[in-house]
Amino acid sequence: MSAQPISSMPRSSMPDITYNFAYLDEQTKRMIRRAILKAIAVPGYQVPFAAREMPMPYGWGTGGVQVTAAVLGPQDVLKVIDQGADDTTNAVAIRGFFEKTARVATTTATAEATVIQTRHRIPETALNENQILVYQVPIPEPLRFLEPRETETRQLHALAEYGLMHVKLYEDIARHGHIATTYAYPVEVAGRYVMDPSPIPKFDNPKMDDCPALQLFGAGREKRIYAIPPHTRVRSLDFEDHPFKVQHFAKPCALCAATGVYLDEVILDDKGGRMFVCSDTDYCNTRQAQGHVGELGVPAEDAA
Amino acid sequence: MYVAAKGGEKAIRNAHALLGKRRRGDAGLPSITLDQIAQQLTLAVDRVMAEGSLYDVELASLAVKQARGDLIEAIFLIRAFRTTLPRFGNSRPLDTGDMLVRRRASATYKDLPGGQLLGPTFDYTHRLLDTSLGGEGGEHAVETGSDAPLAMPRVTDLLGQEGLIEAAPEDDGSEPFDITRAPVSFPVDRATRLQTLARGDEGYLLALGYSTQRGYARSHPFVGEIRFGDVEVVLDVPELGFEVSLGTVQVTECQMVNQFKGSAEVPPQFTRGYGLVFGQCERKAMSMALVERALRWQELGEEPGSPAQDEEFVLSHCDNVQATGFVEHLKLPHYVDFQAELDLVRRMRAEQAAQMKEAAE
Repeated sequence: MSAQPISSMPRSSMPDITYNFAYLDEQTKRMIRRAILKAIAVPGYQVPFAAREMPMPYGWGTGGVQVTAAVLGPQDVLKVIDQGADDTTNAVAIRGFFEKTARVATTTATAEATVIQTRHRIPETALNENQILVYQVPIPEPLRFLEPRETETRQLHALAEYGLMHVKLYEDIARHGHIATTYAYPVEVAGRYVMDPSPIPKFDNPKMDDCPALQLFGAGREKRIYAIPPHTRVRSLDFEDHPFKVQHFAKPCALCAATGVYLDEVILDDKGGRMFVCSDTDYCNTRQAQGHVGELGVPAEDAA
Repeated sequence: MYVAAKGGEKAIRNAHALLGKRRRGDAGLPSITLDQIAQQLTLAVDRVMAEGSLYDVELASLAVKQARGDLIEAIFLIRAFRTTLPRFGNSRPLDTGDMLVRRRASATYKDLPGGQLLGPTFDYTHRLLDTSLGGEGGEHAVETGSDAPLAMPRVTDLLGQEGLIEAAPEDDGSEPFDITRAPVSFPVDRATRLQTLARGDEGYLLALGYSTQRGYARSHPFVGEIRFGDVEVVLDVPELGFEVSLGTVQVTECQMVNQFKGSAEVPPQFTRGYGLVFGQCERKAMSMALVERALRWQELGEEPGSPAQDEEFVLSHCDNVQATGFVEHLKLPHYVDFQAELDLVRRMRAEQAAQMKEAAE
């Protein structure tokens, strides 16, 4: 990997500032890689790491950006999505950051990417063993909203004492008749640690189980990295009489007619008109190009 | 037919261009220079260096300009740049007793060796708008004394001679924890606590410090001494076998003297709360000292229960770069999660409506 400064900002009377490949210096990247290796060795365990200040705000993907910077090589092809879409502003900004500081190739096609950084979604296209999925994580601690103290939650994990979480889910059932957690739905990894899958909709949870790709989770502000190695058992917490269920959409995607995918609701007018479209823009575009047409879509050849 | 909103890339480019234009303001006016910022908005620059944890007047001035005067944004710029700097060594501990003092005040003694030195301060000014500053003017002739600078021993050292105040902890020679190079885990030692507070948000520490004066972890504080001036930074260079002076930095140091009733092992004596900040930031140094003292409740066997005493709460939330990022990230799209919640609320409403209908029949 190149340690040459490859990007610079012109400045008038002041000397130029040059940055290392993927912004971070090699020592920092090595420190992050060590944390990643430990995280892979202990699936689902939150490894503390000395997160650095990045040139984007905390809470906007600094953890994911640091993990991506640490695993990225010059030959990698990077895809960045936010809410499943490649063209959301923060995804554009992060993709631009790596284009500038690492000069790696980027893509919007899930199948072509070797590293995919994501916020809030797992792509609909199945991942393969040559890919790394990097999640941006706001609050890595699944127990945080049940117990705000890190000193306490660390002990609970050490003792595998997850009663609090089960009580919370049970209270949901007692109050609402079903579990009322719809995203950031807690999972148990490799039969040991309970883990926050980041705020993906629970619809995506089953995709984490036995996934051939390496899944890395980076929380910059909270200074934690955790991982799901390829082909690891990931089980969404549930009860025998209230098994885990994912969301179902009544209608297919209005643009590409896909079913069994996660849809976004788009408000069309102020008279209650709305439509449901794929949240995964690459998946939707690919299907449309293949000739699939939804209720409000137009055939691919007419769209040009 | 529906076309989804696209063009994030172009929108970002245009927004940034507009930001640049707004930053420049009226192009008919001269652009503000970094020297002007450094010389005339000194305290803003000081705050950016202190909370940015990087002592560089020129870069801090640039950050203030680039951030359009938004100091938290400027601090953020400095922090992000700081990340890229290599670490080539650690200086010797600063000796603030050897400071070239520009200002020094003690609230505990009327006079003391070295005297009180009012220096450049807003204290005792009448807060009346000075319209003469509205124009170019504002030149002030200053009479300078002819006295040679006096040695100014720290007030806490004077108190220490009588054993009336707890001794400063001895340097055991161990490498202090570095919050910028290792993740913090609670409970923390004093070095970690002081580092975290030193780069903590001034407003946040001010509010917490204030709360200790209003009965939430009251500690009967006196300003033993507050001093501001230039301190030499010295680096040990093992290859050379001697110390090298790197220059001076300006710092504000506050030694807060607090009551302590004593315990079975320790006779009654005064205790300390400590504040040290880059530049002239007295409000911050004093607040830091108050909060630092409040966080020592366990070690001194005091009653807990006030917000300023809660180490995990105080230290986890005092960094304004972290805080602003996470608060402002709520602006980012959350529509995937919101969709999941919409679905749930609709389902729950339908279930409830069905139940009510059933009950009515």
